[in-house]
Amino acid sequence: MTDKSLISITDFSREEILRIMELAAEFERDSSQQTLQGKIVASLFFEPSTRTRLSFESAANRLGASVIGFSEPGNTSVTKGESFHDTIMTVANYSDIIVMRTNLEGAPRYASEISRVPIVNAGDGANQHPTQTLLDLYSILKTQNRLDGISIMLVGDLKYGRTVHSLIQALAEFGARFTLVAPRELELPQEYKDFLHERGLTFVETTEIGQEIGNVDIVYMTRVQRERFSDTMEYERVKNVYVLRNEMLAGTRPNLRILHPLPRVNEIAVDVDSNPKAYYFEQTENGVYVRMAIMSYLLGLK
Amino acid sequence: MKHDKKLEVTAIENGTVIDHIPAASLFKIIDILRLDKETHRITFGTNMESKRMGTKAIIKINDRYCAPEEINRIALVAPNAVVNIIEDYAVTKKLQVEVPDEIRGFAKCANPKCITNHEQMGTAFKVVRGVDGRGEPSLKCCYCEKVTYLDQLQIIK
Ligand SMILES: [Zn+2]
Repeated sequence: MTDKSLISITDFSREEILRIMELAAEFERDSSQQTLQGKIVASLFFEPSTRTRLSFESAANRLGASVIGFSEPGNTSVTKGESFHDTIMTVANYSDIIVMRTNLEGAPRYASEISRVPIVNAGDGANQHPTQTLLDLYSILKTQNRLDGISIMLVGDLKYGRTVHSLIQALAEFGARFTLVAPRELELPQEYKDFLHERGLTFVETTEIGQEIGNVDIVYMTRVQRERFSDTMEYERVKNVYVLRNEMLAGTRPNLRILHPLPRVNEIAVDVDSNPKAYYFEQTENGVYVRMAIMSYLLGLK
Repeated sequence: MKHDKKLEVTAIENGTVIDHIPAASLFKIIDILRLDKETHRITFGTNMESKRMGTKAIIKINDRYCAPEEINRIALVAPNAVVNIIEDYAVTKKLQVEVPDEIRGFAKCANPKCITNHEQMGTAFKVVRGVDGRGEPSLKCCYCEKVTYLDQLQIIK
């Protein structure tokens, strides 16, 4: 029972994370609960993101709420020079909760300071995307029946991938064991390695997926983007190293599941899709239940 | 109170003397304390000899006393600065500056995509000290969560 915002995954305690997991499971069992009946959800996408927006709007509709807002800033007061401050103050008067996506980092935090209704950060630039992290956690919990002591392999762009950073921060609360697979140019930033060291958590760093895949419960794939490389030769050299293929899954743990925040490009070969260990499409579906849980929790309705 | 015979800047009757400033930080401190907007008489000395520091800078502000939170702002760029409160030509108080835990309002976030660089609003930072709590302080933005290192520090005018 709360009336707070969700801006950064670290805003939620371990207990609150577990509460969201519980509520998401409840909504998955019965997704027709009209918990937000009569409420208005404002969905402000200052930066377009169809996938995330549809997931939120689907969640809001399932909860019985009405949705107002915009899917891109074109032709709104924002492009007519209105300050972010004034947009938020106005929209807060029209709605009960604001979901927002922007490329300006820190904008949702600022919004939460000035808005009288809760703010949900649906991604602010390279900074945070906490609802993605919570749905990743829910997918892990659902497939492994636990969050404590998970062995997870994170593959690809560990330098710029905000979903990776937030997931590491969240899983650290549950004592995970990390295998970090990335090209040197995209390895995990020092501050997150320090973060793990401080908590006494072990992690292995490697530049190839290799045999270690046989020792993990979760493989979390991310996109390796060409524009992240200062040297395009280097990109050409590594781009195929970070592709997961079906034959690599032979001999892996039976409980292993493959996650990916989507959209994927080519980092998971299509022959993996039919493997029962592929979980990335179910992961998307879980996003709706988790977002139902988050909005209900923040409004103090659950 | 004993006066240095070689004192290069004249003594003041009442006010504040900030000593042991690294010469390179003088102009940052002028910005931080907004001394360029002051109407009080102020004397600056820089590239002065210092046994401890090689060269140092000194600032003397007539008839003005700075609040501790104001003084502590300068600790970021002058961690060894000493603030002398002068009354009737005598030092009545000597304060060592301390790096605060939080900084509000005068430092600029180095992240060009940070909301604070696009909106008319104040900035806010937590002062962090790297891995193990030692090391040089740096500023973690309360909004974009990125770190501004001291060598990137710009003061909002
Ligand atoms: Zn910032």
